Amino acid sequence: MIELRGLTKRYGDKTAVDHLTFSVQPGMVTGFLGPNGAGKSTTMRMMLGLDSPTSGDVHIDGKRYDQLRDPLNYIGALLEAKAVHGGRSAYNHLLCMAQSNNIPKKRISTVLDLVGLSDVAKKRPKGFSLGMGQRLGIAAALLGDPKILMFDEPVNGLDPEGIHWIRNLMKHLASEGRTVFVSSHLMSEMALTAEHLVVIGRGKLLADTSMADFIAKNSRTFVRVRTPQPERMRDVLGSVGVMPVFEQDGGMQVEGIEPARIGELAAWYQVVLHELSPQKASLEEAFMQLTAESVEYHAQDQTSPQGAPQRGGPQQGGWQQQGAPQQGGPQQGGWQQGGPQQGGPQQGGPQQGGPQQGGWQPDHGGNPPRKRR
Amino acid sequence: MPHTTRVLRSEWTKIRSVRSTLWTLATALVVTVGLSAVFCALTASQFDNLGERQQATFDATQTSFSGSVLGQLAMIAFGVMVVSSEYSTGMIRSSLAAVPQRTVFLAAKIFVATMLVLVVGMITSFLAFFVGQALLGENSVSIQDEGVLRAVLGGGVYMTLLALFAMGISFVLRSPLLAFAILMPFFFLISNILTGVSATKDYAQYLPDQAGKTLTAVVPESLNRPYGPYEGLLIMVAWTVAALIAGWIVLKRRDA
Repeated sequence: MIELRGLTKRYGDKTAVDHLTFSVQPGMVTGFLGPNGAGKSTTMRMMLGLDSPTSGDVHIDGKRYDQLRDPLNYIGALLEAKAVHGGRSAYNHLLCMAQSNNIPKKRISTVLDLVGLSDVAKKRPKGFSLGMGQRLGIAAALLGDPKILMFDEPVNGLDPEGIHWIRNLMKHLASEGRTVFVSSHLMSEMALTAEHLVVIGRGKLLADTSMADFIAKNSRTFVRVRTPQPERMRDVLGSVGVMPVFEQDGGMQVEGIEPARIGELAAWYQVVLHELSPQKASLEEAFMQLTAESVEYHAQDQTSPQGAPQRGGPQQGGWQQQGAPQQGGPQQGGWQQGGPQQGGPQQGGPQQGGPQQGGWQPDHGGNPPRKRR
Repeated sequence: MPHTTRVLRSEWTKIRSVRSTLWTLATALVVTVGLSAVFCALTASQFDNLGERQQATFDATQTSFSGSVLGQLAMIAFGVMVVSSEYSTGMIRSSLAAVPQRTVFLAAKIFVATMLVLVVGMITSFLAFFVGQALLGENSVSIQDEGVLRAVLGGGVYMTLLALFAMGISFVLRSPLLAFAILMPFFFLISNILTGVSATKDYAQYLPDQAGKTLTAVVPESLNRPYGPYEGLLIMVAWTVAALIAGWIVLKRRDA
């Protein structure tokens, strides 16, 4: 088990890691997630005693890293940056690490077999591809058959086959009861491998939760409803005990009721609907929202996560359709061609129904210039 | 097996498994012996043309080690490569993850490299001496003459201390480029220029390589230093120890 207590690293007046406290449990893959520059690699280097913390500490099975005698037998790590002498053969690289940690020589050929580098054992890593280099790093991490394994961005730059291999390896290692701690800046990657999740942003702990909890909490589903009669719609929904949440641009989010039921209610009470669309936030969006304020460098982009929360939070997909039509997309072809008189393709009917159109046109009258922005 | 022994074996594996070790040490030997031989052959043929004072202070032992002017640069290169390649390749992260006891790591690395350099340095010094004396003919000296054996052993010690000094500096600078850029011109040019100019000679003669030269001299007048070979050895050891302590402090303190 790895325990971090108040781990802090400052470079001058910049705080890279800010009072991190969490523990990594054995027998599962723990994902260590954060945007670029969040302090993941610095944290991992401090765990290995390579960087010394400004304050706080890390204990591995109750000991500081530099108190471990023959640490490779406790913990193996693949760091993001290359940590191999390009002129020393793969075999000799593993040999010098094995010798210092009292690891039997036969273990070298075992791990070389395991990562599939036996054929190039005598070759110098200078000529290795990225994937081969990564495999050598993993062989070094597995050398001491450690109970704890740490991987810093292991799939970065790998081809699909390599990514697949590493995913399975991590799951396999965890299934053997080992502690696996793996960092990534991709939520989608973590969703596939990790059971537990530690999220940091700007060095601060943002979440320490099981993956199942994170998914349950963050993959919110709701229905977006757009209508020229919002007050009436609210009352209709209220009559069945549902409270919609209004969005800034006039839409409303309805939770806890099926889209079909909303449509039936609207028809029954003769409320005109312009949109009725189920929305589902992806984990990636949940992660982006969670870390939005802590992203190190924001791209100058109108769809940046900074703007997203007020406009309706995680459901960016839906927001792009409505709020940012300049982004293209199949629905807009119809919009731009038809102008305000034509309903969106979602709505179908309204342009024929005379009475509704009156109410509907002014509502969208101001829209076309905004769309072309 | 005790921990230290294991780390020593690991460092030995590291040092013998990279090509730069062979290249730098072989260059040090070949250049020193070869260049010394050329100097000795030239001196032998031109000896009668030398001035009276030069003939009186002629130091046959030192002449047969004169190729070290260039050969020592390869020794320095070895010292730089052994240490700074850890940093330039990122290997240092693997090394310190395997041996987080940094003092043990540094001591083992320096010990292994020192033993190797001492062996190569001694072979170089003795080989250069015997080849040189053979070429000097009637102006040659014997290894049994007073102070000669000490000077030849001194040649091996000189090269070892220089490599050690380079290792200490490399632990401080960490970048091979920086270490080369500072050490090479310093020992090839700057030290000699400073010693040659009378305004700076009083201070420059205490620089490590200048102090070390007394180790290889038998005729003190040829150098004209205010200290003898044993004081020279102490001065050079002091420089080396200072560089190693600085390197040790940096290794202990800084993030890898």
